[in-house]
Amino acid sequence: MKKETDTYSAVGEVGAVYERRSLWNRTLIDLRKAPYTALFGMVVILAYAIVAIFAPILAPYGEAQVFPEPYAPWSSTYVFGTDQIGRDIFSRMIYGARNTVGIAVATTFLAFLIGGVLGLAAAINRSWLDQLLSRSVDVLMAIPSLIFALVLLSIFGSTITNLILIIAVLDSTRVFRLTRAVALNVVVMDYVEAARLRGEGLGWIMRREILPNILPPLIAEFGLRFCFVFLTIAALSFLGVGIQPPTADWGSMVRDNASLIMFAQYDLKAGLTPLLPAAAIALLTVAINFVVDWFLHKTSGLHDE
Amino acid sequence: MSKRTKKGDVLLSIKGLKIQGFSDEKWHNIINGIDLTLHAGEVLGLIGESGAGKSTLGLAAMGYTQPGCRITEGEIIFDGVDLAKLTDGEKRKFWGTRMTYVAQSAAAAFNPARRLIVQTTASTIRAGIKDQSSAYEDAQQLYDVLNLPDPENIGERYPHQVSGGQLQRVMTAMAMSPRPDLLVFDEPTTALDVTTQVEVLASMRSIVEEFNTAAIYITHDLAVVAQMADVIKVLRYGNEVEEAPTRQMLSAPQQEYTKSLWSVRSLEKPQKLVKDSVLSLKGINAGYGAAKVLNNVNIEVPKGSTVAVVGESGSGKSTAARVITGLLPQMSGSVQFNGEGLPPALADRSKDQKRRIQMIYQMADTAMNPRQTVSEIIGRPLEFYLGMRGSKKTQRITDLLEMIELDASFMQRLPGELSGGQKQRICIARALAAEPDFIICDEVTSALDQIVQEGILKLLLRLQEELGLTYLFITHDISTVNAIADQVVVMNQGEVVEQGLKTEVFQPPHPEYTELLLSSVPEMDPDWLTNLIAKRPQ
Repeated sequence: MKKETDTYSAVGEVGAVYERRSLWNRTLIDLRKAPYTALFGMVVILAYAIVAIFAPILAPYGEAQVFPEPYAPWSSTYVFGTDQIGRDIFSRMIYGARNTVGIAVATTFLAFLIGGVLGLAAAINRSWLDQLLSRSVDVLMAIPSLIFALVLLSIFGSTITNLILIIAVLDSTRVFRLTRAVALNVVVMDYVEAARLRGEGLGWIMRREILPNILPPLIAEFGLRFCFVFLTIAALSFLGVGIQPPTADWGSMVRDNASLIMFAQYDLKAGLTPLLPAAAIALLTVAINFVVDWFLHKTSGLHDE
Repeated sequence: MSKRTKKGDVLLSIKGLKIQGFSDEKWHNIINGIDLTLHAGEVLGLIGESGAGKSTLGLAAMGYTQPGCRITEGEIIFDGVDLAKLTDGEKRKFWGTRMTYVAQSAAAAFNPARRLIVQTTASTIRAGIKDQSSAYEDAQQLYDVLNLPDPENIGERYPHQVSGGQLQRVMTAMAMSPRPDLLVFDEPTTALDVTTQVEVLASMRSIVEEFNTAAIYITHDLAVVAQMADVIKVLRYGNEVEEAPTRQMLSAPQQEYTKSLWSVRSLEKPQKLVKDSVLSLKGINAGYGAAKVLNNVNIEVPKGSTVAVVGESGSGKSTAARVITGLLPQMSGSVQFNGEGLPPALADRSKDQKRRIQMIYQMADTAMNPRQTVSEIIGRPLEFYLGMRGSKKTQRITDLLEMIELDASFMQRLPGELSGGQKQRICIARALAAEPDFIICDEVTSALDQIVQEGILKLLLRLQEELGLTYLFITHDISTVNAIADQVVVMNQGEVVEQGLKTEVFQPPHPEYTELLLSSVPEMDPDWLTNLIAKRPQ
């Protein structure tokens, strides 16, 4: 509470309780209050990031190193055995983190760049541009995205660049809708009008006036969108049009070793092998969802009674 | 339903009440030990500036605390029961039936998907006080007492089909429907126009008198509380400043703080007559799409003076401002600024033309980007219009902050860390940073407490004197006009009704609309409302 004076002064007016905290302090307070699920999610994401970055150091063998021992069982030499042409599955899982996660991150970023910029422009402009963009997005969204991606990849060829571009464009439609919707609530604010009256350009209004105020839902969406992109890539790889061999990738690893699952009655470990990359995908997806849930709850201002 | 308490009995007594609120990781005291006694049939007025704890106390009288608040000490005895000790489930037996609440924003308090009469009678029927048909019949009578048009059928409408003032009265009917012992009004007329406010106040008072209900009336408007309350209690920083019967409180306040509150309305600017105009609107017609809002509007704004534009909502005051700023290009007519015609559309105006006309908004909360610090908010026009950078910019920001009676310690704060008056001051500093000739003030004080209003008005007057600014002051509050204006423009339904020097316009005879507007402004006289109603033809 402010100093209590008998006469009125502007400085002494009772406002919100004010205490300046550094970003670090605020983060610590938030983390201390975070639920276990969110902490678990953060630890898992951090672990994936470390594995992806240090893959060459962590992996015992090379990404596409072939040993003369296909379908080797789990052993101290090959932790999770080898695949159909004798590559170490454990090493490929580690490299897979780098490829699958890396490509998914790049794709999500690109999707947000496209969808975010167009969404903001549509929200600010609100005229023919909004109509044109929104209707085009409606058209794109009317086509089932996995099938559409399959068709496009078959036409243009399954290179990594094509994969990133096509999935990014298809997923940017959802980012566009979200950005436009949340930005519309901010565009009507007086401070945006004040910026317009000042004569600020579109770029300034987008970056400085609107973007910081719609960031929390966008960050949350980034996490979720990443999961979807990640699953789409894995699904495409499983179908054989995603990331191409010899690049290690979790989706294609599931497909390559899928037949092993039938040997589970003879060797349980062999049966588990194709499930490992699938489990890696599932774990990351769950972890991200935990973190996003907590973040959304924190930023939405909703509090449990 | 028969009264459980007779007039004059103690209905509610609060003793040593302390309430804390949780924010910024700590518990803070909101109410520091307040005593309160309310007799049956009595109306208690609670006044104080924002942050004084008046709403918290009003809710606590019902045994309710907002989320994030807790009662730490004291007792709230209502009709022999200590509400502070009851569980929510037990208190719910009182809420909505024996004690009811009228909120500030009626629009936000109604369910848009249910008919008014269903909402009016819901708690009465649920508690079994009346059956549906008699509750409906009673609601229609209440609508009649509250002077609502077509009381038989208005209940069949949805909330969006009635006006704000009518909705506020329906809410009062809803609160009266179960014939409560205690009614809490939380700033029920703050969001209404003066002309509407009078009607709502009159009907609220008559219904409280008719059914002999005890009420707590929370407001920051002294003139309003003078009309409504039998007893007034002044709060500040969660402490009681003083309490006295209304007439005694108005004529002889004891405490310094109360006296300063009372003096606010006496601010008056001596008017001056200036001939050469800085801005003139000539035959402006403007509107949105096919709907025409302004009809042949002519306004002259003399240099270095203040022109107040008054009128109720929908009269076209804000639209006129939008035409001047270029946000809404006019259909016909011209805007002359410093002798030259301004291009109608904002995009066609030069940077210098934009710099010379600045605007200050009603809601300082939404007029500042919540993610920018004070120094970014004030610094941007300096950088944008005047090309200032680095230490020169910082120095200028400090100067501007001093000009608005704040200091450099505010530079790194975010708008959320400022009080209402401080926010509005920062908005003024942002406008000043552009070094404008002409500032449009759109209801800049109407969202503020009176004592803060006075501070802002004094600041604006001082700045005008020092910098030779010209203001176009949009308002619906006549005491604000008295305090700041040289000239007055009265608008109604998109047309200028009257225009001239303050004394001329306020001098009778008036056109009919000016008369209505002027007579609707509450005065600090407890008999004002009674006299006014007696005078006006029904």
